[in-house]
Amino acid sequence: MTSDTSGMSDTIRPAQPARPARLRGATPPLRAKARHAPHLRRRSVTLTALMTLMVIYSLLPLAWLAINATKSQNGLFNSFGLWFKDFSFFSNISDTFTYDHAIFTRWLLNTVLYVVVGAGGATLLATLAGYGLAKFDFPGKKAVFAIVIGAVAVPGTALAVPTFLMFSKLGLTDTPWAIIIPSLISPFGLYLMWTFSTDAVPKEMLESARVDGAGEFRTFFKVSLPLLGPGIVTVLLFNVVATWNNYFLPLIMLKDPDWYPLTLGLNDWNMQAQTAGGDAVFNLVITGSLVTIVPLIAAFLLLQRYWQSGLSAGSVKG
Amino acid sequence: MTISRRRGVLLGASALAVALAATACGSSSSSGKSSSSSGGAQSATVSDADLQAALTAGGNLTVWAWEPTLKKVVADFQTKYPNVHVNLVNAGTNKDEYTALQNAVKAGKGVPDVAHIEYYALPQFELAKSVANLTEFGADKLDGTFTPGPWSAVKKDGGVYGLPMDSGPMALFYNKTVFDKFGITTPPATWDEYIADAKKIHDADPSVFISNDTGDPGLTTSLIWQAGGKPYTVDGTTVGVNFASDPGTQKFTAAWQQLIDGKLLAPITSWSDAWYQGMASGKIASLSIGAWMPSSLESGVKGGSGQWRVAPLPQWTAGAKASSENGGSSLAVMQASSNKKLAYAFLKYATVDEGAQSRVDNGAFPATTKQLNSPDFLNKTDAYFGDQKINQVLADSAAAVTPGWSYLPFQVYANSIFNDTVGKAYVSGTKLSDGLKAWQDASIKYGKDQGFTVK
Amino acid sequence: MASLSADHARPGPPAARARRKTRRSLVGWKFVSPFMALFALVFLAPIGYSIYLSLYKTRLIGGTQFVGAQNYTEAFQDSQFWSGFGRVALFLMVQVPIMLGLALLLALAIDSGRLYGAAFFRISVFLPYAVPAVVATLMWGFMYGTRFGLIGNLDKAFGVTLPDPLSPDLILASIGNIVTWQWVGYNMLILYSALRVVNPSLYEAAAIEGAGQFRIIWAIKLPALRGALMIATIFSVIGSFQLFNEPSILKHLAPNAITTYFTPNYYAYSLSFDGQQFNYSATVAIVMGVATMIVAYAVQLRGMRKAG
Repeated sequence: MTSDTSGMSDTIRPAQPARPARLRGATPPLRAKARHAPHLRRRSVTLTALMTLMVIYSLLPLAWLAINATKSQNGLFNSFGLWFKDFSFFSNISDTFTYDHAIFTRWLLNTVLYVVVGAGGATLLATLAGYGLAKFDFPGKKAVFAIVIGAVAVPGTALAVPTFLMFSKLGLTDTPWAIIIPSLISPFGLYLMWTFSTDAVPKEMLESARVDGAGEFRTFFKVSLPLLGPGIVTVLLFNVVATWNNYFLPLIMLKDPDWYPLTLGLNDWNMQAQTAGGDAVFNLVITGSLVTIVPLIAAFLLLQRYWQSGLSAGSVKG
Repeated sequence: MTISRRRGVLLGASALAVALAATACGSSSSSGKSSSSSGGAQSATVSDADLQAALTAGGNLTVWAWEPTLKKVVADFQTKYPNVHVNLVNAGTNKDEYTALQNAVKAGKGVPDVAHIEYYALPQFELAKSVANLTEFGADKLDGTFTPGPWSAVKKDGGVYGLPMDSGPMALFYNKTVFDKFGITTPPATWDEYIADAKKIHDADPSVFISNDTGDPGLTTSLIWQAGGKPYTVDGTTVGVNFASDPGTQKFTAAWQQLIDGKLLAPITSWSDAWYQGMASGKIASLSIGAWMPSSLESGVKGGSGQWRVAPLPQWTAGAKASSENGGSSLAVMQASSNKKLAYAFLKYATVDEGAQSRVDNGAFPATTKQLNSPDFLNKTDAYFGDQKINQVLADSAAAVTPGWSYLPFQVYANSIFNDTVGKAYVSGTKLSDGLKAWQDASIKYGKDQGFTVK
Repeated sequence: MASLSADHARPGPPAARARRKTRRSLVGWKFVSPFMALFALVFLAPIGYSIYLSLYKTRLIGGTQFVGAQNYTEAFQDSQFWSGFGRVALFLMVQVPIMLGLALLLALAIDSGRLYGAAFFRISVFLPYAVPAVVATLMWGFMYGTRFGLIGNLDKAFGVTLPDPLSPDLILASIGNIVTWQWVGYNMLILYSALRVVNPSLYEAAAIEGAGQFRIIWAIKLPALRGALMIATIFSVIGSFQLFNEPSILKHLAPNAITTYFTPNYYAYSLSFDGQQFNYSATVAIVMGVATMIVAYAVQLRGMRKAG
């Protein structure tokens, strides 16, 4: 698969000249402008209108969530879903953070822990491994693809019980490790990094670094890593979202609410309404859901900014 | 990978009542399979004084339960017995907790000392010998402490496998304002009247329904139970499933088929957001449900305050007073617990002693005769129900529960496939009776596969 | 060395090249082994355990027995399993092309530079991916509601009766809509990222030659997307075959339209979690895994052939 992609790029692209490091600092500003120069000539109203339809489709359910986060429990049941009723947004927010001894804050912090360690670690491992697969030849390399695709193809839900039994024997259940360790593996991240590394790191640069006598890890961190920027941000973003929204695994592994991530905690609140004598808190479930996705949206906005300027690292090559 | 836990609700958040009734006790006690039990003695080897000593000595207990009123019970318990530390964990509601329990038992690690188990699921844990026989601690001497339905549900072959925590005798909860609006001045006394009222309401306003149903195994079995049906027979590992020629089932299908054909039941699944919304907006006018419903109505349908009332369940025979159970659960001591004595002492505190009263005060429906018959309880009025003394209606229902019902020792699975089979009657031309026959066949197939002798 | 391309192989003494290759071998594993070690723990060990489980049968009464391939023969004759399999195959053939086609169009549109506010579109379309499945289904459940939901509101407003999205006939399409809604932005971003690393000198060259937009898309962009598109396809195939979240959550709203064997993965879950049939559940999972692998390889081979 690697040879396929690199072979492909060789056929459609002119051989890329090695770019000496000294050119790097100088080019990005020019390049950033030049990149889309041929397309800047005219913007299309039709295309923009079509895209607007797509955006409405994407945002309508989110509008529902935002609108309903402003309603009290009673207002939720007595109003049209896509319009406002009573404005209880601020009391909903404060209730969300104070309900049941402020357990929501604890869940939020747990989630942050799982994301920082899990998604961060997963991105690092995927980058290392993807790069290793793209840029080195070693025995068993072909088997890696087969094994990873094969393993990923087996439905995970059916593996839940075996995994639980194993983790239980290792003493990992009901600890943060039960969530973090499986989060460290991102097969999709591996493949993305593999593809990105193949395309984004010119072999000539590696060759020249090697000729200069740099070790492979030094070459990786000094030469290749900056080039992999956009790929790493993409994979990190996917891993952050996957870990942030992780649900099934914590459901199986955790019984102590003090270690719950937000998804599991919100579900607990939702379940309360479905238990005899339980306190129905749909307004807090909805507000909590909104609070849960806001950090992700914020992270995406921040990373997007990084892309627009920081992409110059990638645009050295591409 | 996300799995909704709300799914589980279909099976049992509505807390299907199960009285594993008299079958086991009534039939000749098969000597061979008397319970596992530890200690080996037939009756109490642990005295009350021993229990008291265990409480004084103290220790750690882990309790898995989702019942909200237990929080206060645990706090009070620890105040009274400061040496005991109880770790109360909500390990999921009904089916999720059972899965977690089974996983923990399989792993041999992380099993709690005490678990909250509904009556319908208890036989499954008893069969697997995951829960301890409590006769060793003198639980068999508690005869008369609990109302008959729940008490028979925790007993099997002379063993006691849990202590009843609550019960759910059925009643008709209805929105009087909506009934009045459609000229229904008295709640339906029979199911025939109920069908007539359902038509009356729906004809007058097609957006209003007398109730909702999308196929609920708990409701179906409870109503067949009320009609005197006995589709399940259980004797040890010999089970029978027969809906096809069960007279009680036929009464039920005759009535319910009319409601389904006339599209008189709102196609809204119980416990969904739309369900609460339907009740809040007066589109769902009544519920046939267990006695634990009041607190859920009060917190989930706040706007309905003053509008709702409680009446006896409509009858299959005019003038009769038959009822059945819908929901209810027990606390059980797990076989893997390392401190069963202390665990049992907690069980007794929570279900018989101070805990029983505390839980009733916080809205639970009692399984203890003392609380059920106390004048304070019976005469309590509630503004939500227009100051009606609803506990009198509910206590009457508890006394009128039809005896002799039993559930399967794999009811959790059977209920999970209810909508695969019976559910077709709600969305296609399949007859309810054919759906029940399909459910019967699938249940039998599973029972055989799992090594039961099926009659 | 080989991956550093045989075509550019520099001349050198054979012995030195061989030494170099050996050194690289070790280095390659150094990069890959941390991932693979954890992968073995998290994926391979449970799969091995499942294969072991699939050879046994545990009953509530009678304990555990070795049954050899009996579970597999049972699975191949299991009509419930095959009805689920047929459903996800249909889903794969309809939903995946729609979703990836949309994602491709979006990525090309945003990359074209011909949009007003491209950054806004990019983030908006991606946002649904950030929504947890439980919340997403809560929202769509509202949209789909024929009583109190948006469909109900539309019916009332226009005096029509729109079909019920949660009915048995339409439920698969409704699920397809939710999946598309959640993942189209995600796939768009993968393709878009791949477009971003295209060498701009190619565009410059194309501009000099006077190539039009479609010519650029055809000659430069699509070939550059082939690798990313193949990966997206393979993972969408896996996603379809493992369809589980949406049906399991929607089952609460449409209990009769979604059976416990609606998809093979859901079937495996029900067998294990409702029925305690761990052995048969493991068997279904293994069979499904093998089937998924075969389709994924077919996609990959096809992708390679095109590339070659």
